[in-house]
Amino acid sequence: MKLNKTLLALAIGTLLLSACSDSDEKDTSLTDGSQNDTSGINDASTSGLNKGAGLNGSEMNGSGMNGMSGNGDYASTLGPEFNDPNNPLSKRTVYFMLDSSEVMPDFIPVIAAHAQYLIANPSQHITLEGNADERGSREYNIALGEQRAKSVASMMKVKGVSENQLQLVSYGEEKPAALGNDESAWEQNRRVEIVYQPK
Amino acid sequence: MNVNFFKRILLVMLLALNVSMAHAALTIEITEGIESAVPVAVVPFASQSAPVNISAVVNADLERSGYFKMMAEQGMPSRPSTAAAVNFKDWQALGQNYMVIGLVVDAGGGQYSVQFQLLDVYKGGQLLGYKMTSSTADLRRTAHHISDLIFEKLTGKKGVFSGRIAYITTNNQGSKQQSQQLQVADADGFNPQPVASSVEPLMSPAWSPDGKKLAYVSFERKTAAIYVQTLATGERVRVAEFPGINGAPAWSPDGTRLALTLSKDGSPDIFVLNVSTRSLTKLTKSFAIDTEPSWSPDGSSIVFTSDRGGKPQIYMVSSQGGQEKRLTFSGGYNARASFSPDGRSLVMVHGNGNDYRIAVMDMGTRAINVLTSGPSDESPSFAPNGAMILYASKKGRTGFLSAVSLDGKMQQKLVFNSGEVREPSWAP
Repeated sequence: MKLNKTLLALAIGTLLLSACSDSDEKDTSLTDGSQNDTSGINDASTSGLNKGAGLNGSEMNGSGMNGMSGNGDYASTLGPEFNDPNNPLSKRTVYFMLDSSEVMPDFIPVIAAHAQYLIANPSQHITLEGNADERGSREYNIALGEQRAKSVASMMKVKGVSENQLQLVSYGEEKPAALGNDESAWEQNRRVEIVYQPK
Repeated sequence: MNVNFFKRILLVMLLALNVSMAHAALTIEITEGIESAVPVAVVPFASQSAPVNISAVVNADLERSGYFKMMAEQGMPSRPSTAAAVNFKDWQALGQNYMVIGLVVDAGGGQYSVQFQLLDVYKGGQLLGYKMTSSTADLRRTAHHISDLIFEKLTGKKGVFSGRIAYITTNNQGSKQQSQQLQVADADGFNPQPVASSVEPLMSPAWSPDGKKLAYVSFERKTAAIYVQTLATGERVRVAEFPGINGAPAWSPDGTRLALTLSKDGSPDIFVLNVSTRSLTKLTKSFAIDTEPSWSPDGSSIVFTSDRGGKPQIYMVSSQGGQEKRLTFSGGYNARASFSPDGRSLVMVHGNGNDYRIAVMDMGTRAINVLTSGPSDESPSFAPNGAMILYASKKGRTGFLSAVSLDGKMQQKLVFNSGEVREPSWAP
């Protein structure tokens, strides 16, 4: 069946082609300027794009690979207090209300504990990673995430943490802790992660 | 030697795999079309073993536009490839207004001769006829170009089928192998090619006005930085890596400057960076969030998102700086505005509560027209012909791209098989 159809198609194709080639020259209505259009098509940078792709991968992939984000393993190697669920140092995520960068009372002891640790250990450095839930526009959420990171940073600075122990970055909605489109996911994503950096 | 040879074979195999997967990765659904769609028959082109079915690509392009009702191949009474061979009465009886016929001939040396005609079925005459040559590699592009010519002839609007789109995808989302790619593909989603990839977030791709470069945000160095990459060579330059936010790059219409968001002085503000001299001008100075700048087509103004009034709304400022003016007052959330090519309207994300939709504001009347049904529509931008708006949407965990006509009557959905797809941007 299928073979027959293919053969038929081929036969029709050949017939049509031979019919066409006759009328080809006669058809004066075919626009001549078309050649220019074609060269325009040929000029496109498709091949360069391939080259570009080849060039990339290596450099960029390499850089991001090391150093996990989020509550990395490094903090848990700093001491038992970082793994003791009863110690505020074991908590390294500060959560926020919708569209807010105000630290909720629950998290003030957590921030204070990390501030104390940093003051006592001036060689330690942290990155405060600000995040937002997925709602709204992406670049606005970057700004919102930064405001949250700055709220935590300013509380730490008030306690006496040195500015150069603190790094800030906002990932907006780009690094969700929970995937999902409901409040239970969103509330886990509106957060600042306190990430201790290996020396 | 042997190892290298093996590596090369492996690479070729991987590339081949990649290409076949890429081709399978996208389907387009027309979710809403206009009732007045015009009946058009694209007769399969007589073709001698061309590797691309050109008439099928043209048929899909025209169908995807939503303007046309395409005739199914099975219902066609004949398959003429020249006007002389067309019995117009047959096609009139089938209710067709227009038909497209053509043929593809192998011209040797990797070249094909492609000929097509657009015919008016009722008048029995030709509206358009072209003969072009195309290399094997450019056959799809040639097909899209034919679609552009037909679309413009029948609608009076420039076709955008031969254009390209940039977007960002995430693979293995939520896992440790998560990777992000900035890709450029044909407007129908075919031929996706990676421009940049990283395990850290990539964001906010912006085409230079000449379509040769992309500016984007990358967190590959664990901080935000803005890069400008030349597509033809892959060469890229880091143009901004200040402390804090480096985001939302937007090219000036003359391609010499980037408007961007920096928070190096405290709160995020809009700056203008001269790309060649690197001189930086601060445009806004509020204590609130100012972000997402976008230039008017004449370069005189910049619109941006600011929450200085409590909630994010759209503001406008001269690109030389000066008095800032609030543009949006309806809805609790208006963000990420950009101009239509004629400068007469702004497209933006319009939010109320948990519902975010794409809306267009008329710059004359300031009336806002909501085009999509939400609830998580974002990143809208105009197609270069101003007739369609491309945006990102989400269902469950799957992010996909959609396009909607300016009147909201036509909608199409570009569905990728796997991964999240977001932040689409149509090349100029």
